Amino acid sequence: MTETNPTVNSAGYEVPPELRQNVAITTLDKIWNMGRRYSVWPMMFGLACCAIEMICTAASRYDLARFGMEVMRPSPRQSDLMIVSGTVTKKMIPQIVRLYNQMPEPKYVLAMGACASGGGPFKEGYNVVSGVDQYVPVDVYVPGCPPTPQALLHGLMKLQEKIDSESITQVRWYGKEDIPAIPVPLLGPDLIDPRDNELIKQETSKKPAAPAAAPAAPAPAAEAAS
Amino acid sequence: MTEATTAAPVEKSELEKRFPDAVKADARPGYAGFLVDTSKLIEVATALRDEMGYDYLSSVTAVDYYSDAPNAENFIEVVYHFYKSTGGGALELKVQTPRENSTVPSLTPLYAGADFQEREAYDLYGVNFEGHPDQRRILMWEGFAGYPMRKDWKEAYFEEEVKPFKNRWPEGQVYRIEDRNPFNKNNAYPQGFDPTGFKETDDPKLYEVLEKAAREYSEDIDTEQVVVNLGPQHPSTHGVFRMAVRLDGETIVALKPVMGYLHRNHEKIGERNTWTMNMPFTDRLDYLSSMSNNFGYALAVEKLMGDKAAPPERAEYIRVIMAELTRISNHLWAIGFLLNDLGAFFTPALYAIVERELILDIFEATTGSRMMCNYFRFGGVARDLPEGVLEKIKSLVTERLPRKIDELDIYLSENELVRSRSEGIGVITPEEAIAFSTAGPVLRASGVPYDVRRADPYSIYDRFKFDVTVRQHGDVYDRYMIRIDEMRQSLQILNQALKDLPGGEIMNGKNPYQVRVPAGESYGRVEGPKGELGFYIVSNGKGNPARYHVRAPSFINLTVLEKMCVGQKVADVVVNLGSIDIVLGEVDR
Repeated sequence: MTETNPTVNSAGYEVPPELRQNVAITTLDKIWNMGRRYSVWPMMFGLACCAIEMICTAASRYDLARFGMEVMRPSPRQSDLMIVSGTVTKKMIPQIVRLYNQMPEPKYVLAMGACASGGGPFKEGYNVVSGVDQYVPVDVYVPGCPPTPQALLHGLMKLQEKIDSESITQVRWYGKEDIPAIPVPLLGPDLIDPRDNELIKQETSKKPAAPAAAPAAPAPAAEAAS
Repeated sequence: MTEATTAAPVEKSELEKRFPDAVKADARPGYAGFLVDTSKLIEVATALRDEMGYDYLSSVTAVDYYSDAPNAENFIEVVYHFYKSTGGGALELKVQTPRENSTVPSLTPLYAGADFQEREAYDLYGVNFEGHPDQRRILMWEGFAGYPMRKDWKEAYFEEEVKPFKNRWPEGQVYRIEDRNPFNKNNAYPQGFDPTGFKETDDPKLYEVLEKAAREYSEDIDTEQVVVNLGPQHPSTHGVFRMAVRLDGETIVALKPVMGYLHRNHEKIGERNTWTMNMPFTDRLDYLSSMSNNFGYALAVEKLMGDKAAPPERAEYIRVIMAELTRISNHLWAIGFLLNDLGAFFTPALYAIVERELILDIFEATTGSRMMCNYFRFGGVARDLPEGVLEKIKSLVTERLPRKIDELDIYLSENELVRSRSEGIGVITPEEAIAFSTAGPVLRASGVPYDVRRADPYSIYDRFKFDVTVRQHGDVYDRYMIRIDEMRQSLQILNQALKDLPGGEIMNGKNPYQVRVPAGESYGRVEGPKGELGFYIVSNGKGNPARYHVRAPSFINLTVLEKMCVGQKVADVVVNLGSIDIVLGEVDR
């Protein structure tokens, strides 16, 4: 196995021919990454239409087990990968951020489909967040509405490539600093991102731009009025 | 049983005669039904239910008639659609209420199925339902500013009233709407709002209601009860659905569904879209059966458009074929995942998914997409069946599917574990099933032979021979078995449709980019895989719907969930939920 696997046994050292059956020389990064890339455990976490295609990817025809990813865990504490499969709504984003915070490092996020990547067809909706990346960092975006299982598999292979490129000496989760948790958004009169508090205060204390502009839509309403 | 889609004139006069002061026929052109005096609504509805046999309240919704022109007559209208559970057309009642302090008497005490629908109208339109036992917001959260479906409420990303938007390159440069929002997000806050120190309240009303329901369940509350929240992230809730459950030991004493985690504002977006633009959005309602959703919406609009959008024969047959294939693929999925909930983890689902994939192949070959088919057009279908697909459907329908459905039946239906886990669980009596406005397999498993395809035939369903499947016990096992029965009936319809499929055109005229729909209202309903799927649309003669409402079967079927679960063990909750077969895209819309 090791001889045919490109990710190991290419450390730049010659192994004598008589030992090739038994010895492989590689770097720690490569062996570490090989272990990780074939055992990414996704969280069993479906949001919308894309979740159906995600289930199909895990099912018989597309068989996610070929990539070592068939172990879907219902608990964030045991998962490595969050597949955000569907429209992220304002009502749901606090839970998504909380789940992300609960996942142990190393953790990855895959935004599956147009909605999770940028709002998709529902972007203008009043309860829709334009992309999960406004709140949690995303590693791979998979386009499509919904992406076919093949597209999702391609995205997962891209994630494997990303894992391959990481080095044990560089990764943030072995660094000295604590990785801060992402502040959980609150559900107020609208979704409140605690990181925006100052900006919100500044904006809401302004006088309305035009008398006709409803408080709900400062900038675009002014645009329409002009 | 009847061919009329609106109430027969005899009943019209009967109702008007009975309440000469309170009821008058809706005389606006393109409208049907009766306008009822708000104060007399309860009286009229009681008479409808107890004397005239309209025991099934299918849909409750609100319409905002609003114009910012001076002297415009602005009001909110609440629209009710009643049916007889023995079949026949709709009886439509409307009450009008001013936009400020809108108040309408609640019909929930009379028709339990109005519960969630009235809460939705309260949530999105701010209509106050007097006498509603539990009036809370349902799709948005408590504390959200404003009633978003009102016409004068603008979202943060508001650009223009209607689509298609004007040029997006005004200065030779593309703009993104988030760049015009001060927060770079889809958010807007009321004037003077200060977020520092804002404390989120965890919906205290919900827990009050739970406690009240628990007290109603048993006077004796000496034992310690715990509240458990299942979801929104839970592997057995079929998506982002949450149930707040109050438990006494392992016994459920109260349960309240909490939804809205996938509220994608279909209706608000739908009223901005043009008529044709809404078609792909309907795909994403019940994303397991997009063809049925297309069907319902196309019917509703075609009803308004009249003869110029009557689909040709071949298109009608293709529609039926696609709708029935959708039903089979949906039921396969439903059965697989119900077994999942019963504890047979993923193995039955895998077998079901194999067959579903074969049906999806047909959809992909015909429409270009596995799930989001966007196939129906007003007056036909988008494309003809490509070469070879018909043979594929035929071999699937005549050879493979009957065998595989029998296989599922043999392996699962008599299984000791399945039976002991599902028989006698979550029993719904026929009276309850009608009162709670349940539809589809849930209604028929309780012994009510009501199927829109037979009770109020649409398209060409009156030409086919099939049985309306009924089961008598109303438990989880019957709701499972009825889906197997229905798949067999669908195969029967498919066989007949494939045999008779004529050649010819697939569109009435050219496939238009933009359609004009005459002013008026219309309610198109189909028997979707999950039950009666209805589209209530109001047109004001312009290029966009003035009102676009979806009567979502799995949303309304959830009203009965508490009834199913109370008194049973906590492990039965997921089984009951699985037997309703919800899809969150449709529940939350």
